[in-house]
Amino acid sequence: MTTGVSATLRALHDGERSLERDLLAVAERHRTDHEVHHVATDLARWSREHTARLAETGRRHGLDLPGPPDDPAPGALAALREKTAEALGRRPATGLLLLHDLRDLHLAAVRNSLHWEMLAQAAQALRDEELLELVSRCHPRTLRQMRWTNTLIKEQAPQLLTAL
Amino acid sequence: MLAGRRTGQSPGFVCDARDGRIGVLAEGCGPTGGGDVVVKGTDRIQDPWGARTPYGPGAPWPTRTDTHLASGLTEDDVDRWVPSASLLHSNGDAMDIAVRDGRIVGVRGRAGDRVNRGRLGPKDLYGWQANHSPDRLTRPLVREGGRLVETDWDTALDRIVTRSRELLEEQGPGAVGFYTTGQLFLEEYYTLAVLARAGIGTNHLDGNTRLCTATAAEALKQTFACDGQPGSYEDVDHADTIALFGHNMAETQTVLWARVLDRLAGPAPPTLLCVDPRRTHVARQAHLHLDPRPGTNVALLNALLHEVIRTDRIDRAYIGRHTVGFEELAAAVEQCTPKWAAEICDVPAADIEHAAEMLGSAKRLMSTVLQGVYQSHQATAAAVQVNNLHLVRGMLGRPGCGLLQMNGQPSAENTRECGADGDLPGFRNWQNDTHVADLARIWNVAPERIPHYAPPTHAMQIFRNAEQGSLRMLWITGSNPAVSLPELSRIRAILAQERLFVVVQDLFPTETAQWADVVLPAATWGEKTGTVTNADRTVHLSEKAVDPPGEARADLDIFLAYAARMDFRDKDGGPLITWHDPESAFAAWQRCSAGRPCDYTGLSYDRLREAGGVQWPCTAGAPDGTARLYTDGITFAAPDTCESYGKDLVTGAAVEPVEYRSLNPDGKAVIKAAEYLPPHEEASAEYPLQLITGRTVHHFHTRTKTGRVPELNAAAPDVWAELSPSEASRQGLSDGDLVQITTPRGAVRARLRTTVMRDGTVFLPFHYGYWDTPEGHRPPDGGAGRAANETTVTDWDPVSRQPLFKTAAARVTLVARRSPGTGATGSGTTGAEATGTPEGSRT
Repeated sequence: MTTGVSATLRALHDGERSLERDLLAVAERHRTDHEVHHVATDLARWSREHTARLAETGRRHGLDLPGPPDDPAPGALAALREKTAEALGRRPATGLLLLHDLRDLHLAAVRNSLHWEMLAQAAQALRDEELLELVSRCHPRTLRQMRWTNTLIKEQAPQLLTAL
Repeated sequence: MLAGRRTGQSPGFVCDARDGRIGVLAEGCGPTGGGDVVVKGTDRIQDPWGARTPYGPGAPWPTRTDTHLASGLTEDDVDRWVPSASLLHSNGDAMDIAVRDGRIVGVRGRAGDRVNRGRLGPKDLYGWQANHSPDRLTRPLVREGGRLVETDWDTALDRIVTRSRELLEEQGPGAVGFYTTGQLFLEEYYTLAVLARAGIGTNHLDGNTRLCTATAAEALKQTFACDGQPGSYEDVDHADTIALFGHNMAETQTVLWARVLDRLAGPAPPTLLCVDPRRTHVARQAHLHLDPRPGTNVALLNALLHEVIRTDRIDRAYIGRHTVGFEELAAAVEQCTPKWAAEICDVPAADIEHAAEMLGSAKRLMSTVLQGVYQSHQATAAAVQVNNLHLVRGMLGRPGCGLLQMNGQPSAENTRECGADGDLPGFRNWQNDTHVADLARIWNVAPERIPHYAPPTHAMQIFRNAEQGSLRMLWITGSNPAVSLPELSRIRAILAQERLFVVVQDLFPTETAQWADVVLPAATWGEKTGTVTNADRTVHLSEKAVDPPGEARADLDIFLAYAARMDFRDKDGGPLITWHDPESAFAAWQRCSAGRPCDYTGLSYDRLREAGGVQWPCTAGAPDGTARLYTDGITFAAPDTCESYGKDLVTGAAVEPVEYRSLNPDGKAVIKAAEYLPPHEEASAEYPLQLITGRTVHHFHTRTKTGRVPELNAAAPDVWAELSPSEASRQGLSDGDLVQITTPRGAVRARLRTTVMRDGTVFLPFHYGYWDTPEGHRPPDGGAGRAANETTVTDWDPVSRQPLFKTAAARVTLVARRSPGTGATGSGTTGAEATGTPEGSRT
């Protein structure tokens, strides 16, 4: 594995690892936006699986990547964050926070997507079947994470931004 | 489980000794069917399906005329018979209303009608009495000093108009929302859609059809890129295999079920497959009953598809000619073996293989789907797999190859067509500017007047917007969200907000009406005229038979009065709404439907009076209507025609037009695979059971009408809970104990009934609320409630946005032992099986 591929693999691994945490944090923060809460929790699972697969691939190439966190939930603050979410959920201003959180999730997924794209291109140049297989399994899900955040922003922005 | 077929029959059944088939034979009707039968005076509470009229494949379903008149009257006492159709379920049974001295005195099924051939179910036979209840709303009410007081129409309408204008001025159209029903008439929905979307200009209009039919529509949109029921009830006459997925037809569509029973009792009966977590009447009649763990439908269906593909029971020619996406499906289900699904669903792998064998070997496969799929986890993804089954087998558009994505309410189909349910009218595509421009031309408004920057807002989001404060006026017509929506403490908190102006338009002082700022008394079935379209696209005219009580008005007249006061104008300064009565509203709708899949242009009130039920599309080219869609390819999926470009089955993310165009340039059916995801709320140590809610044959919606009908109310007067006998004994409980069902949201108290169903699962009927309790509209302070939705979770399918009522974790605890003489089963439910059903229609 070339240095460039290793570095990209590591960056993507870290990106998927933090996207899992971010998705779960957003799920808690927006517990009163039930669809966001449930779907973000489902989609965090994809990033977790990607992190594990990337770590596994890395290990085979002598890269030491930690893989998914043991407990991805944001810890002791989670309960507090959920309570806050429930209290804030009845104020229009919380809508702005939701849009900003969705934007950040989208940007994080775009970042991951571009890393997948880089790996796909390198895999083809190197004729690395294993890496190509990994990318073709995982990259579509990253694109789906992006489309989800984009769809929600499109649906919610008209209401949330005109009510304030 | 393999059914010991037709064992354990209720006493109402007799055995036809000649061949061991079972069925009640109608008086005067030979076992092979044929003659006209007239049935009177039987107790249809005990026997919801009535006497058998057996028939064989391809034969016409024999007629059987069901009548029920007020005690002591005969047909000779009836002054006139007024044509109508069912309003207490989605089957669309045609009937005539008996009128004597200006009062409704009974009903009679119409033998000539294609849907029911004269039959009526128990809710129709007895339900008309609710019209006469002494507690009907007869005058408008407004809130004064915290109390609802009687007023006149001018005052009530003026308050609504004033508040509408203030909000439009202060915030804009996004402040105003409408939540309607599946129980009005087509003319009323269309008028509501025009006044909301082009008059107010709000995106916030949806129906409680979101709770009953949203997934049916969405699954059809995902597969065929357009709504529209593919099959026809006549497919029962031709099918050799009938599969019911989460559809307890015996209780939700009693007349359609009678048709199935008549086939089962006739020569060369069809093979029956039932998927349901409870051993319902349907399950007992089935050759094979699968009872998957709640929330695992996608795993089961993927395994069935795996087997059908593995055994090469697929129609490659059909797949090639009419579909895209088969290879993706084949790859996606390749690992979904029966053994894999057996683990997830807790169903034996051999039974899954057997079911796949039945589905794979069918020559004429008919499938129906209802709430066991639609109100469960991954609703659309699962319903779409049933579509896929029909596509890969080439079982579409031919007699007997009926695919029926059902619905729960009488005019749910009309909300979908008319755009009163989170769609644009005429199955137009909000993402297609040409479609919006076409609608704007019909309404003579500028296209930008019709919100289409985002999909029409779904009901759960409308309530969320109200909770969060950005929606400040909510007009609720013919629905009772204070009982029917999930997590009722949350719904009550939303409705109780000072900042939310609530209008309730209904027949009775419902639980929801207690939270209103203005209450408008509405007329109902038999008191107003309009059309109603059932689950197989059959349009019926329901005519006014009597006057509404007091000052109650038809919903159409209320909408027209509001529109007139709001002075909505078109782009030339003329009135936006140009019609003034049901027939002129119908004509306006016909113009809107022209050229779209739901084309009504070949119909008229006179034609409906003369022909009875007619299936759309009905045009000059097809004046008798259309029995089946997709008889010659997939008609409405072309990128320029389609209603929807589709969504991601897991995330709900919209597919963009360009993407759809490249995926499906020739407008074929789209075969979409879906991966199984575990349910969001699973059993735990604290909440060890899975809770499912559902309905019983004797009630509809929140009992607003059926609870006021003596026969129906006596049959199922109060809430109960069901557990399997072994689960009950594991929990230390017995039949008849008073138990409490608790979830993280709330609690319900109910008498326990033990029934044959999955261990680890508890069932509650959802109909019961508070209008007939001392509190009137909510549980006692600090106490457990009576409405199942105190306990349900706020979660919905991200694709159809239908709430999930069959995926929650719960615990059941003892409140009090059964006291001597306490009936465990309530009074009068049918000896056969009229306990609630988990997959009944939710409205």
